[in-house]
Amino acid sequence: MTAELGAFALILAFCASLAQAGLSFAGRARRDATLTGAGEGAALAVFVAVTVGFAALIWAFATSDFSVANVAQNSHSEKPLIYKIAGAWGSHEGSILLWCFMLTAYGSAIALSRGLPWGLKSLTVGVQGSLGVLFIGYMVFASNPLLRFSDPPVEGHSLNPLLQDPALAAHPPFLYAGYVGMSVVFSLALAALIEGRVDAAWARWVRPWALAAWSLLTVGITLGSFWAYYELGWGGWWFWDPVENASLMPWLMATALLHSAIVTEKRGALAAWTCFLAIGAFTLSMLGAFLVRSGVLTSVHAFAVDPRRGLLLLGILGIAAGSGFALFAWRAPRLKDSQVFAPISRESALVVNNIILAAVTCTVLVGTLWPLVLEPFGKQGGVGGPYYNTVVGPLMAIAFLIIPAGTLLAWKRGDALGVAQRLLPAAAAALAAGVLAYALVEPRRALASLGVAFGVWLVAGVLVEAATRIRLARAPLAESARRIVALPRGAWGMTLAHAGLGLFAMGAAYETGWRLEAAQVLAEGGAMDLGAYHVRLDSVAVVPGPNYDAEQAVITVTDPSGRLACLGRPSRRTYDVGGETVSKVALCLHGLDDIYVVIGERRAAGAGAGSAWLVRAWVNPWIRLVFCGPLLMALGGAISLSDRRMRLAVGARRAAPGPSLAPAE
Amino acid sequence: MRRATIILAAALTLAAVGDPADRLADPVKEARARSLFRETRCVVCQGESIDDSDAPLAADLRRLVRAQVASGRTDGQIRGFLVARYGDFVLFRPPLSWTNLVLWVGPFLVALGGLALLITRERRPPAPPAAELSAEDEAKLARLAAGDDT
Repeated sequence: MTAELGAFALILAFCASLAQAGLSFAGRARRDATLTGAGEGAALAVFVAVTVGFAALIWAFATSDFSVANVAQNSHSEKPLIYKIAGAWGSHEGSILLWCFMLTAYGSAIALSRGLPWGLKSLTVGVQGSLGVLFIGYMVFASNPLLRFSDPPVEGHSLNPLLQDPALAAHPPFLYAGYVGMSVVFSLALAALIEGRVDAAWARWVRPWALAAWSLLTVGITLGSFWAYYELGWGGWWFWDPVENASLMPWLMATALLHSAIVTEKRGALAAWTCFLAIGAFTLSMLGAFLVRSGVLTSVHAFAVDPRRGLLLLGILGIAAGSGFALFAWRAPRLKDSQVFAPISRESALVVNNIILAAVTCTVLVGTLWPLVLEPFGKQGGVGGPYYNTVVGPLMAIAFLIIPAGTLLAWKRGDALGVAQRLLPAAAAALAAGVLAYALVEPRRALASLGVAFGVWLVAGVLVEAATRIRLARAPLAESARRIVALPRGAWGMTLAHAGLGLFAMGAAYETGWRLEAAQVLAEGGAMDLGAYHVRLDSVAVVPGPNYDAEQAVITVTDPSGRLACLGRPSRRTYDVGGETVSKVALCLHGLDDIYVVIGERRAAGAGAGSAWLVRAWVNPWIRLVFCGPLLMALGGAISLSDRRMRLAVGARRAAPGPSLAPAE
Repeated sequence: MRRATIILAAALTLAAVGDPADRLADPVKEARARSLFRETRCVVCQGESIDDSDAPLAADLRRLVRAQVASGRTDGQIRGFLVARYGDFVLFRPPLSWTNLVLWVGPFLVALGGLALLITRERRPPAPPAAELSAEDEAKLARLAAGDDT
């Protein structure tokens, strides 16, 4: 009965979102606040209805109701409860429902938000409602998650065992909250274009939404990367796989948007460009969903693929993005953009940052779609990690050079010499780190040393900026301490986010340059060298799990000084249902480093010698920075979001930016 | 989904990397071979390099590349050999050619184009100063002020 109730609620949601769009647009056109109010009410109703549908699906999964087709295909009664629940968004239908849930949640948040001018708000609710019509319509008519079997099976298929993992259970909700958060920015941009006003006040309303979506997306991508790192057992954390790229593209564009929205808010410039990025970010989110769900690009981790419905998703993408960009092309030329700034100014730095992010986004976009570009010409093609590293590396290096300077430069006209002087300590630190890494770490690697130097430059640079901001050493210590608390949180958010990026760069460069790897077939008691570390396979035993049997090894790793560095238990699980085998990695934290051990299949060691296993082991130095850096960035976003000005921004209404704005941010 | 599972399962058997028995004795040459592996696509797999893949073809290619490294051929020669045999597709970093021009030039063109826009925008004179009136207009204004509208 709950499934029917849920299915009914979803159909209701579809009708209500039609009402949401219709009432809001009609109300705006007739200048009738009663109608737009009803539109906002409809937005809330859509959210409640979709929530009921989502709850019904989760309930069906939690209770293993195999008469629901989706549950039968993606769950199993013997699975732990958390993975039963996570299974609700593990399938195509479920993930679309999660998408719609997020979309309508954001829609009702706009409807409830206060302070937006009436016209802009009603149009935003209307556009959000139109997106709801498209996506809920797709779900109800082509991808209903709550269909029943007339002849239910006794037991279900299982969720892919690789997906039975806590990081991955949490990954889609974060990722989708980020993807779909861009829809608000998209709706705000379209509404502003219809209204014909894209100004500083509009940028103030956009920023908190963009910031929230960006932070969630950052967490989502990091969780996904961490999952790939310890679940796929390849020792790497980023594979430039189409699915990963699909999530990276909206992130890059949202990053550009955050920065250009600052220029629009503070200086009233770049209005059209900010609008373009707002439309582009959600377009790339939809493209990502399409790429992942349609299977047009082969990927090692494209789950729940269905080409037939991919075509429908492409249609939705075409309608939404097409109308967005058409509106932009029609209305944007009328936007005034009169602010001038000198070549050396914070505006210029932010614009260059935007140009680089745009170029990187293009690289990832073209690279990801390259196989599709070549296909009509009868050619096979495609690019991989080495290509992206070669192209993205130099571009990002330029961005890294500029960031600390940009944060120190003044608006309008900056003092290049003064900034250079203040950044001297950061430059010295970066140089020292680079030289030390090159000279001391074996083997010598110039590129990795350079990467470490860039990371240190960024971290030291933002620290210099923070020190300037609290007037460290220029004012009494008490005054500096007071400033830490008194200065706007947005500024601290920026410091954290940039420092996180720097730490990430240090970790990525160090890990890529100086990763140690060894692989050897070992019998029980056998050992191998891993750089200066020593890896020993002590024993292997079969251990039963809740819904699998595991062949578990005990492996000891001793560090160069002979001390025990890791007592790992890597295993190979064979799941009862489906018989799939999955490797479980043993991870040992060793400072910032990981010791990472994987065990392969049992194989005969040779004539009468019993069994042996292929053991692969890595030392991934500084890898923790690769994951902690982005989390720090997301934390920075969250702290900025808690800034009083960000919340007041929703209420504040200003036609043009005044000359006396908050100090350096 | 099934397909993806099988591929993942194959990848996870892990027999591939290392091929402990096949490794070249000279560590410098072995390192060169490994870096070539990472650039080479396992053409029958999905987005995996021959360094990662467990497929028989990947193992064959690894053996071939190692043999060529051992016989003293340069990285460029080995890449040329692979491309002649399997096409550009086999390399993760496609060579610069007319077909691949967009890949290599595109991103930098976008960056340069953006920079050019920024610079031309700044060259543009800052908001035109209130135009000074010509002598003729002054006279007209004076007439208007005097209420003599002609």
